[in-house]
Amino acid sequence: MSARVLVGVKRVIDYAVKIRVKPDRTGVVTDGVKHSMNPFCEIAVEEAVKLKEKKLVKEVVAVSCGPQQVQETIRTALAMGADRGIHVEVSGKDYETLGPLQVSKILAALAKKEQADLIILGKQAIDDDCNQTGQMTAALLDWPQRSPEDGTFASEVNIEADKLKVVREIDGGLETIKINLPAVVTADLRLNTPRYATLPNIMKAKKKKIANVKPADLGVDVSSRLEVLKVDEPPQRQAGVKVETVHDLVGKLKEAGRI
Amino acid sequence: MAALFKARRALGMVVGHGVRCLSQLAELPELHQMMRQTCRDYAQKELAPIAAQLDKDHRFPAKQVQELGAMGVMAVEVPESLGGAGMDYLAYCLAVEELSRGCASTGVIVSVNNSLYLGPILKFGTEEQKKQWITPFTTGEKVGCFALSEPGNGSDAGAASTLAQREGDEWVLNGTKAWITNCWDASATVVFATTDKSLKHKGISAFLVPMPHPGLSLGKKEDKLGIRASSTANIILEDCRIPLGNMLGERGMGFKIAMQTLDSGRLGIAAQALGIAQAALDCAADYAHKRTAFGAPIGKLQAIQFKLADMALATESARLLTWRAAMLRDAKKPFTKEAAMAKLAASEAATFVSHQAIQVLGGMGYVTDMPAERHYRDARITEIYEGTSEIQRLVIANNILKEYQQ
Repeated sequence: MSARVLVGVKRVIDYAVKIRVKPDRTGVVTDGVKHSMNPFCEIAVEEAVKLKEKKLVKEVVAVSCGPQQVQETIRTALAMGADRGIHVEVSGKDYETLGPLQVSKILAALAKKEQADLIILGKQAIDDDCNQTGQMTAALLDWPQRSPEDGTFASEVNIEADKLKVVREIDGGLETIKINLPAVVTADLRLNTPRYATLPNIMKAKKKKIANVKPADLGVDVSSRLEVLKVDEPPQRQAGVKVETVHDLVGKLKEAGRI
Repeated sequence: MAALFKARRALGMVVGHGVRCLSQLAELPELHQMMRQTCRDYAQKELAPIAAQLDKDHRFPAKQVQELGAMGVMAVEVPESLGGAGMDYLAYCLAVEELSRGCASTGVIVSVNNSLYLGPILKFGTEEQKKQWITPFTTGEKVGCFALSEPGNGSDAGAASTLAQREGDEWVLNGTKAWITNCWDASATVVFATTDKSLKHKGISAFLVPMPHPGLSLGKKEDKLGIRASSTANIILEDCRIPLGNMLGERGMGFKIAMQTLDSGRLGIAAQALGIAQAALDCAADYAHKRTAFGAPIGKLQAIQFKLADMALATESARLLTWRAAMLRDAKKPFTKEAAMAKLAASEAATFVSHQAIQVLGGMGYVTDMPAERHYRDARITEIYEGTSEIQRLVIANNILKEYQQ
């Protein structure tokens, strides 16, 4: 049992905040807005810490890419039980255009450098909803990738004799899947309930190390292949129309060209 | 030259760890910010949704108290060696405020356990007493309470008439204590009794009594206006026998223990009052955005704006007083006057803000559909317990007069 787990954590606008589009329509307002750890990433951290508590892994390393502020997010992961952190410095224009492709290249490079046996990521981030980083990282490393959720209830994730064992609920009962390590796992909502950091752990987190690296040190080019043309508010929801009978409903749908 | 030296020292204070200074009033240290955020998240997700029901049912939040114990919040200042979180008093005040913002009753349960029960034992207990009476009360499994007031005396603490008589190798306690917070859910209490009434306040001593215990019974749960999830009742002592080793501190030290405990305890209550005020302000400000009248959200009306400004001002001022008093205490400086000012300001802010919040909500503020009426009811007690506003004014005045002693 000497496995090392890499957990990716992303700093995103807090889920409860009302998002506003910038007046120049190049993005959303982030200045002065409350940010926190992506909820799917919290679940990833919780799963990693649980594996460590079950003594199935030796070390949990939390990684985040971004400017100085992402250190808060890494510290939150440390307060939940991660052992150390890695801050990959990306700022300014590079940070604005940072997407799953660049992040997965960074994670793949770090996984090799840190000799990680397992990467646990959130299934997707609540800001871009890409749901790509896990899959891309696995592809770059040529590792198997699995979401223990896959749309159903996952009961547990375990490591047995160098294989990752995932148990999940399916309609007929329980399904057990074994995949070879090293592997990438993406966490969905129902995998676990993330813990609240305890006060003693918050104090301990202060002493844990966060290493700084630059993407160039890892041989990764963070320039984007995508260009955002414009960002708009979703269309205003129009009032509906009430009809009396099913006949009327079908009539109206035909009128609107929907059927 | 001397001025340069002073400036450099001041800079050193700003840069050095653990030294509290005014610059920290501008922004809290990272540790405290993380801790505050954790408590805020917990309060929002676990306390706020159940607070109204806890209030209706008069129910002790046992599960939440256990969870808070696991987080270390039931024993913030207790050193890790005894099972606590080993943090400072400023951290404790932040925790109580954030929790009270979700549920004021939970806030006072946490405060009483930390300040009034664990506080005096931590300060005046022997090593043996600390192990026995502190460690089991850090996890949230057990909570403690503090029995000073009696039916015949509240503010006049020195006139305690509960008797403690020595019989062989036991103390025998007789009397009645009133208004004891947490008592129906507690597993131990710090009781103040007099061994010699003629010595007046110098005859009072402090004792540790487990609960339940033969000779100790509880009166009926008081039906209170607010903080209804926390139990309040009389503790009746009838030939309650405890070992000699259960005396806390020296004989005759009881009054001093009580007063010093309350000095710190009132910061916990100040923090609770701040939480209530903040919750009421949150409610009012949110409503001001949503409610429209005369063709626009009421937040556009100056009458409402002035109210919100005054509410925020009262809360923020009291908060800074509370933080400063906590920082002085952490720096082991005298803080009695500042603590009294904090408690007075915060409790009066809580009643003012919750009163105005109902006004902003109009009719909605008067019904249980909105939390404003609960904040109003919860706020009222903060001006009374752990030293009435009148007593706080006396404490402040006495300190001021001492400063200006002729």
